Amino acid sequence: MSEQVKVPEEEVVEARSPFSEAWEMFRRNHAAMAGLVVLILIVIAAIIGPPLYAVDPFEMVWAPFSPPGVDGFILGTDYLGRDLVAALLGGARVSLIIGLAAAFVTVAIGVTVGALAGFYLGWVEEVLMRITEFFQVLPTLLFSMVIVALFGASLPMITFAIGVVSWPPVARITRAEFLRIRELEYVTASRASGAKNFKLMFSVILPNALPPIIVQSALMVGSAILFEAGLSFLGLTDPNVVSWGQVIGSNRQYILDAPYTVTIPGLAIFVTVLAISLVGDGLNDALNPKLRQR
Amino acid sequence: MSEPLLKVENLRIELTTRDGIAPVIDNLSFELNAGENISFVGESGCGKSMTALGIMGLLPEKIGRIASGSITFDGEDLTAASEARLKEIRGNDISMIFQEPMTSLNPVYTVGEQIAEVLRRHQGLSAAQAWTKAIELLDAVRIPNPQARVSDYPFQMSGGQRQRVMIAIALACEPKILIADEPTTALDVTVQAQIFDLLRDLQAETGTAIMLITHDMGAVAEMSERMIVMYAGSKAEEGRVDEVIEHARHPYTKGLISCVPHIMQTLTEERHKLTEIEGIVPSLREFGRNNCLFAARCELVEDRCLSERPPENGFGKTQKAACWRAEEV
Amino acid sequence: MAFVQKFLIRVFYAVILLTAVLVLNFSMMHLAPGDVADTISQSMGGADQEVLDQIRAEYGLDQPFLVQLGRYIGNVLQFNLGYSYFFNTPVTDLILQRLPATLLLVFTAQIMALLIGVVLGVISARRPNGLASHFVTALALFGYAAPVFWTGILLLIAFSLKIQWFPVAGMQDVTVSGGFWVHALDIAKHLVLPAVTLGSVFLALYSRLSRATMMEVLGSDYVRTAKAKGLTEREVVYKHALKNSLSPVITLAGLQFSAVISGAVLVEAVFSWPGLGTLAFQSIIARDTPTILGILFFSAVVVIVGNLLTDLALRFVDPRMGGK
Repeated sequence: MSEQVKVPEEEVVEARSPFSEAWEMFRRNHAAMAGLVVLILIVIAAIIGPPLYAVDPFEMVWAPFSPPGVDGFILGTDYLGRDLVAALLGGARVSLIIGLAAAFVTVAIGVTVGALAGFYLGWVEEVLMRITEFFQVLPTLLFSMVIVALFGASLPMITFAIGVVSWPPVARITRAEFLRIRELEYVTASRASGAKNFKLMFSVILPNALPPIIVQSALMVGSAILFEAGLSFLGLTDPNVVSWGQVIGSNRQYILDAPYTVTIPGLAIFVTVLAISLVGDGLNDALNPKLRQR
Repeated sequence: MSEPLLKVENLRIELTTRDGIAPVIDNLSFELNAGENISFVGESGCGKSMTALGIMGLLPEKIGRIASGSITFDGEDLTAASEARLKEIRGNDISMIFQEPMTSLNPVYTVGEQIAEVLRRHQGLSAAQAWTKAIELLDAVRIPNPQARVSDYPFQMSGGQRQRVMIAIALACEPKILIADEPTTALDVTVQAQIFDLLRDLQAETGTAIMLITHDMGAVAEMSERMIVMYAGSKAEEGRVDEVIEHARHPYTKGLISCVPHIMQTLTEERHKLTEIEGIVPSLREFGRNNCLFAARCELVEDRCLSERPPENGFGKTQKAACWRAEEV
Repeated sequence: MAFVQKFLIRVFYAVILLTAVLVLNFSMMHLAPGDVADTISQSMGGADQEVLDQIRAEYGLDQPFLVQLGRYIGNVLQFNLGYSYFFNTPVTDLILQRLPATLLLVFTAQIMALLIGVVLGVISARRPNGLASHFVTALALFGYAAPVFWTGILLLIAFSLKIQWFPVAGMQDVTVSGGFWVHALDIAKHLVLPAVTLGSVFLALYSRLSRATMMEVLGSDYVRTAKAKGLTEREVVYKHALKNSLSPVITLAGLQFSAVISGAVLVEAVFSWPGLGTLAFQSIIARDTPTILGILFFSAVVVIVGNLLTDLALRFVDPRMGGK
C-alpha cells in the first residue's frame, strides 16, 4: 500500500499586468525612488519657481559677487550682480525642456532608423547602418557646435542639433531588438495570419521591443541635458534665456574670487542628471529582470 | 586487504540556500581502492557532483561547505588540509574532468599551454620539457597530428577532441585518482564510446583509480567494477556492478535498471512498455530528514519507512542496500 | 594573410567614410546662410556688392556646388585643407600645430582610464562587497552625471588654486628653460589635471564594465577547470580570468573615441589647453569655414584610427578575433 505524496498547498498567485509588476519592482528600488522624488521636485521647481520667485535672472539686483547667504540672497550674485536663485530656476526650465525635447527627437529618429533596418533587412539595413556608423564617427559635440554656429543658436535649433547627433545608440538598440524579436514565434504567427508589414512593425514587434528603448530614452534625457550644458558653457546658447551651463561659462574667469557662482549651477546639473540616471537604472531593473547587474 | 586509497566517512556537505541550510550530502561513507574503477549513479540533484567537488575542495565558496565527516586520501585528512596543500593535490594527485568540454577550456590560450602549465606547476618541468610532454600526452589521448594541434586554440577543436584534451590535462601528472563528472553527457553517442575506451585503456596503462559520476546505467555497466547508487543525498545501494545489475537490493536501483530501454530481438506487435519510477525527486529542503527519502515513490513502502532512516543491510561480501525491506527486492 | 586582407578592407572602408564626412560637411557649410565673402567684408568693415562679387569670383564661390566640392576633395587629397583667412595660415599647418596637444590629452586620458578601470574591475570583482567595489559604483554614478567641465573646474579650484600642486592653465610654462626632460616634466605637470578630468568620465564606464565582465568570467567553467588544476589564486585570476575579461572593455574603449574628443573640447576650454578643441571653438565663432571643415575631418580621422588601433589590440587579447 502506498501513500499519496502530499503536495503542500501553495498560495494561488494572482496574475498582474506587466506594468504593475514593473512598478512594484521599481518601487522597491530605494535609489530609483529617491531619484524619482528629486526629479519631481526639480520639475515642480521649474514650473512654479520662476513665477513665484519673480526675479529676472538677467537683472542686476545687487552688487556683483555677493556670497551666498549674505544680504538676503540665498545663493548670492554673479559677476554682474544677478541673482543666482533666479538663474537656477530659469535654468531648470531650459534644461528640462531641452532635455525632453532633444531626447524626443533622438528617440524618434533612432527608433525609426533602427526599426526599418531591423525589419526590412537587406540593402535597407545596410544603407541605414552605414549612415548610423557615419554619424557615430563624428564627435557629437563638435558636430552640433558647427550646426548651432552655422544655423543660429535658438532653442529649437539647439534641440535639433543635439537630437540629430545623438540618435545612433538608440538606432542600434532598436535594430538589435527587432532582429531578435522578428525570429520569435508570435511574429511568425502574426505574419501567417496575414498582418501587413506596417502593422507587424508597430503593433507586434515594437511594443515588445520597448523595455530597452524606454530605458535608453530615459538616459537620453540625461545626456541631452549634459549636452546642452556643454554647448551653453561654450557660449553657444540662446542669449535670451538663462541656462545652467551658460552661468558656469560666463562666471568661469572668476572662480578664484567667487567659486560658488560656478560650483552651484554645476551641482544643479549634477543632481538632475544623477536623479535621471538613478531612475533609468531603476527602470532597467524593473523592465529587464534578466539583465540585472547584481 | 590494504588500506583504501580514499576513505570517505560520515561526510556531510551543507548548502546555504534561500530557504536555509540544506544537507546536499548526508552521512555518506564509501571507500575507493588504488586502481579501482567505481561509478556514482543517480538522478540530477542527488549530490553526486557535490561529493566530487567536496573531495577536491572546490565547493562553491560562499554557498557550500563540509559540515562534518572526514575524507582520508592516502592517509591524509583532506577536510583538515590547508588550501595550499589542497592546491598541491589538485591536478597532481587527484584530478577532475567536467561535463562541458565546450566551455571547460580557456578560449584564449592554446591547448598545449593549458596542458603544459599543469606540468610546470606540479612537476617543475621547464617550458620546453612541458611542451614536449604536452605533445606526447595529446598523442596518448589519441588526437591525430599532435605536433600541429598542440598550438591550436580550443575553438579550433570539436567537443570530443576538447574532452580528450581535458583528459590529457587531468592525467598529465599521473594522479592517483581521476574523477570524471559526466564526461560524455554532452557528446555524441559514438564519441562517448571512444572516450570510455580511452579512459579504460589509460587506466590499464597508468593504474589510476577512476571515479565516474553519471546518470547513465549503460555507462556504468561498460566502465566500472563497483557502483554506488545515490538518492537524495545518501547512498541507496552499493556493490559490484555485476552483482547489482543481476540482483538489485534497493527499490530505486531496481527501478533505475529497468528504466533502461532495450532493443528487442524481433519486432512484434507486443512492445515492452517503457518503465518509469513514479513521482519526483524530493526537493533540497527535504534532504537529511530521518526517513527514507524514496518512500513517496516506492512500491514496497511501509510505515517504518516514513519515520526512520533505514540502515544499510549487507548482502554477500560487497553489496549493501539501505532499505527496510531489502531482502524482498 | 586573412588578417592583412581584413585590415585592408577596413582601411578602404575608412577612406570611404572620410569622403562621406567631407561631402556632408561641405554641404552643410554651403547650406548655411552667409559665406566667406560675408565674413571677409565684415572684417573689412563692410563692402558693396561689386567687391563682394569680386571676392566670390576669386574664391571660386560662384561656381556650381559640385565643382566646388570636387575642387575641395581634390585639394584634400593633396593634403591641402584650404587657407584660413582668420588666422592667416594654411589650415593644414594650423591643425598640425594643435593636433599633438589634443592627441596627447586624448590618448593619456583613454589609456589611464583603461588601466585603472581594469585594475579596479579586477579588485572589485574578487570582493564584490569591498571598498573598491563601492568606489566603482559611486564613481560610475558620479562620472556619468557630472558635467565634465564642472569636474574640471572643481579639480582646478581644489588642486591649482587652493592647494597649489598643479599649474592653472596651458600646456607649458614658457619661462622654463632646459633640455628635453625638463620640458617633458613641465608638460606632464600641466597634463595631470586635464587628463584626470577627461579620464574620469570614461574611468566610470570602464571600471563598471570590467567589474561585471570579470565577475562573469570568474564564474565560468574554464576558471573552474583552472582551479581544479591546482593553480595558484594569482594564476587563476591574472592569467586565466583577466585575459578573457579584457575584450569587452577594450571594445568599449574603441567605441568611445568620438566621445573622448567631444569631452576634450570642453576640457581644453576649461584648462586653456592649446589643442584642436580650442581651435575649433575659435574658428566656429569666427565663421572660419575651411578651418572648421578641416577640424571635423581630422577628428573623424582620429576616431577611425583609434578604432583600427583598438581592433589591433583586440587581436592580441582574443585569438578568436584574428585571422588565424
